[in-house]
Amino acid sequence: MSGINDFCFKIGTVNGTGSASANALLMQAIFRMGIPVVGKNVFPSNIQGLPTWYEIRVSQDGYTARTAPFDLMVAMNPGTYARDVKEIAPGGWLMYDSSWPMPRALLRDDITVIGIPLGEMCNATFKGDRERTLMKNIAYAGALAALLDIDMDVVQAMLQEKFGKKKHLLDSNHKAIRLGYDYARAHHDCPLPCHLQRLDRTRDHILMDGNTAAALGAVYAGATVGAWYPITPATSLMENFRAFCEQFRRTADGKRNFCIVQAEDELAAAGIVIGAGWMGARAFTPTSGPGISLMSEFVGLAYYAEVPAVFFDVQRTGPSTGMPTRTQQADLLSTAYLSHGDTRHVLLFPANPEECFTMARDAFDLAERFQTPVFVMMDLDIGMNDWMCKRFEWDDAYRPDRGKVLDRAALEKVEKFFRYVATNGDGVAARTLPGVDPRGSYFTRGSGHNKLGGYTEDADEYREVVDRLVRKLAAAGEATPAPEIVLSEGATAGVVTVGGCRGAVLEGLDRLKEQGIVLDYLRVRGFPFNAAVRDFLARHERHIVVEQNRDGQLRSLLILETGTDPKRLGSLCDYGGLPLGTNRVIEGVKALLEGVPA
Amino acid sequence: MTSIPKPRVQHPSSTRNALGLSRRDYEGGMSTLCAGCGHDSVTAALIDAFWQLDIEPHRVAKLSGIGCSSKTTAYFINQAHGFNSVHGRMPAVATGANAANRELYFVGVSGDGDSLSIGLGQMCHAIRRNVRMLYVLENNGVYGLTKGQFSASADIGSKSKKGEPNVQPPIDPVLLALTLGASFVARSFSGDKAQLVPLLKAGLMHGGFALVDVISPCVTFNDHEASTKSYLYTRQHYHEVAPVDFVPLRREIAAAGPVEGGGAVRSVTMHDGSTVHFRMLADDYDPTDREAAYRYVRAAHQRGEVATGLLYVDQGNADMHGVNGTVDRALTSVPFEELCPGNAKLQELMEEYR
Repeated sequence: MSGINDFCFKIGTVNGTGSASANALLMQAIFRMGIPVVGKNVFPSNIQGLPTWYEIRVSQDGYTARTAPFDLMVAMNPGTYARDVKEIAPGGWLMYDSSWPMPRALLRDDITVIGIPLGEMCNATFKGDRERTLMKNIAYAGALAALLDIDMDVVQAMLQEKFGKKKHLLDSNHKAIRLGYDYARAHHDCPLPCHLQRLDRTRDHILMDGNTAAALGAVYAGATVGAWYPITPATSLMENFRAFCEQFRRTADGKRNFCIVQAEDELAAAGIVIGAGWMGARAFTPTSGPGISLMSEFVGLAYYAEVPAVFFDVQRTGPSTGMPTRTQQADLLSTAYLSHGDTRHVLLFPANPEECFTMARDAFDLAERFQTPVFVMMDLDIGMNDWMCKRFEWDDAYRPDRGKVLDRAALEKVEKFFRYVATNGDGVAARTLPGVDPRGSYFTRGSGHNKLGGYTEDADEYREVVDRLVRKLAAAGEATPAPEIVLSEGATAGVVTVGGCRGAVLEGLDRLKEQGIVLDYLRVRGFPFNAAVRDFLARHERHIVVEQNRDGQLRSLLILETGTDPKRLGSLCDYGGLPLGTNRVIEGVKALLEGVPA
Repeated sequence: MTSIPKPRVQHPSSTRNALGLSRRDYEGGMSTLCAGCGHDSVTAALIDAFWQLDIEPHRVAKLSGIGCSSKTTAYFINQAHGFNSVHGRMPAVATGANAANRELYFVGVSGDGDSLSIGLGQMCHAIRRNVRMLYVLENNGVYGLTKGQFSASADIGSKSKKGEPNVQPPIDPVLLALTLGASFVARSFSGDKAQLVPLLKAGLMHGGFALVDVISPCVTFNDHEASTKSYLYTRQHYHEVAPVDFVPLRREIAAAGPVEGGGAVRSVTMHDGSTVHFRMLADDYDPTDREAAYRYVRAAHQRGEVATGLLYVDQGNADMHGVNGTVDRALTSVPFEELCPGNAKLQELMEEYR
């Protein structure tokens, strides 16, 4: 990289100092210059005082994956100087706060050092510790604007939008931006060889994180009941749902067309969702791995009693508390078969915020159509980082798929209603909703029941119901979104991946193709796997499964569910908690292709 | 849970309520609990309460957790929608159901294991949210379905059927509910239908969470000499008093006759001829004074007595929907067009993310 509109830089700061707004400002400014950009926030599980980083990749070709090493490092945290300096690419640049000396031992002779006395300038210009600290961040953004040639008109307009109503803040921010900008221009060669030039490649796009997108999807799909227990990295999903509902779901007299319950724990959150789903509302809960573990018992109930319920699992690094602010795809296996007894659940795998929006809608439709829990398997990287994605569109002709629900008129035509009798091949039995009609009443239970809805301890009656659930889940799998497939002329093997690995894998395959290694690509988007996944696996003798967990959980699911010979599926696992990088894909795939005999 | 279908035969002369329904129309499946179980008496009282209140059977949602008590939702109102959920988690399911459709009558039936051990947190938080529901806690101090372990409501020193003493202090759901800010707290006895039915009716008509703790002895596992929930123990702490059959605040809630009795302890003869006693509330008892109610219940307990009746009520507290400011109708009845903002709004919103 290291070229015009094609480079990456990293900013190391201390959390709780206000650097997030400066970083967001930089990313948004680049985006508004029409240049594709993506940001990754690498932050600690802490309120204040620990190291935090923000990585920004500028890619005129629209690649979204994380890359290292970095062309430019902005080292604002003396506590991490040593490791930050090591991550700079040979020939790259280091920008640091030269108010205090940088330890010589850390410096490399293959990089260029850019000192900006940010602390000194801000101390001289601003009063009070808080403002000095905050404005130092804006000042480094100003210096970067000079070094990278960020359009200052764009930056000024953004500050005006943000602080237009607070004159004092607007003045401070303007001053701070100029401090950094003017100093850099006066003392260093600006711009650097890697810098920005206006393009027109973000016109139909937005910058949004997946939690916001999923929340918006839930609003548009007509969800009315939300239950949750705060947990990183899922918290902002419900906070955004509430904000959108306050905006769009208040009646003329101020009443709320929604009910959000902050539960005492994730068990209760799951129970609330199931109670509301039983009653006929579209209900959901956002959570992460630890919450999913707690919901396990209730999920088995919803599966067996056939109650619609939608779960957003914004996965983080496990096991146990794990690393709450790092990303992973390590809940795949446990969620696919969550709860005791024989179970199998519908999972949807969005790759980016755009799919979080559409799959939120799909999740509610599938949950009601198949009367079963549906999990939208997001992760921290998708949920909490801002992604550049296509503007969302909504089809106003959309109406919810409520599945087979017998209303009063339908019940009049039924001689006697029995809850678990399926009439179609999809294994779905019609249900009724409480309070509608006495003829529709039935008893919902997690204990053994026969197809009539009655309690049973009879082997044949029990088997008849659970065997139907197998058919139902198979039909549900076919109804999940089709996999994303990219076929290439002359491909010799396939790469199978999931979720947020998409960006790194697609870019990696482009690079490998340049080196003469041509591979087909499939990204699963639903579970149980639909037929297109099986067909793809049959195309090649060998595939490499790329995913973000230690044990190759997607690979295990593919083996279990499709009967594929494990020898045919190589495994490339990345599980350190950071978003998958392109180099890891390139090197990992090459090693596997060389190491495994064809 | 198990149940046996009941033949639906109506006697032509059976009394009808305002809906033209007889008590038989509010019955459920045949109980499979032990003969003489207190819980069956609670079921009968619930049937009476719903019938007397002229509630349409299908407008009732009845929910339970797991245990002997939780089986009873199958034994009343066949035409209601029932939900037998998981152990200790009925309050969450009821909260969600109520959130979705505030127009129905909600009744939750639970036990001392379900509510005071595995589901203690759930019950506390349903109280805290003031979910509008009648919450019946059938309290017998023992785990029945797993054959006789102590529950969290067993008294210190009370012994199991095998002679093992209970060493943990009991959790009293009434005292707990009072400290949590519950808006309706009552206690009764499964054998006192005259008192229980009005309490259940009042609870159903209450505008928030209504706890009715019902002492409901276990005839199989907690009716022996060394149990403080046995009839023998009770007989030894016997105080002869005049029988009473009223709810102190009933006049205010359901317009009943004049208050009788007051301040006395009543003895009740059980299956085996033994006795349990209940202190009825004094004439000057103020069921709207939370602190006074707390002191009264504790003092009664220290005397070895059980205070019963409507112990505390606050009709002024907003329920979950009142606090939330939810629309007046069921959320399940709001048309999709009013829930989905549409593409034009979406495109406006997109501008904020550029």
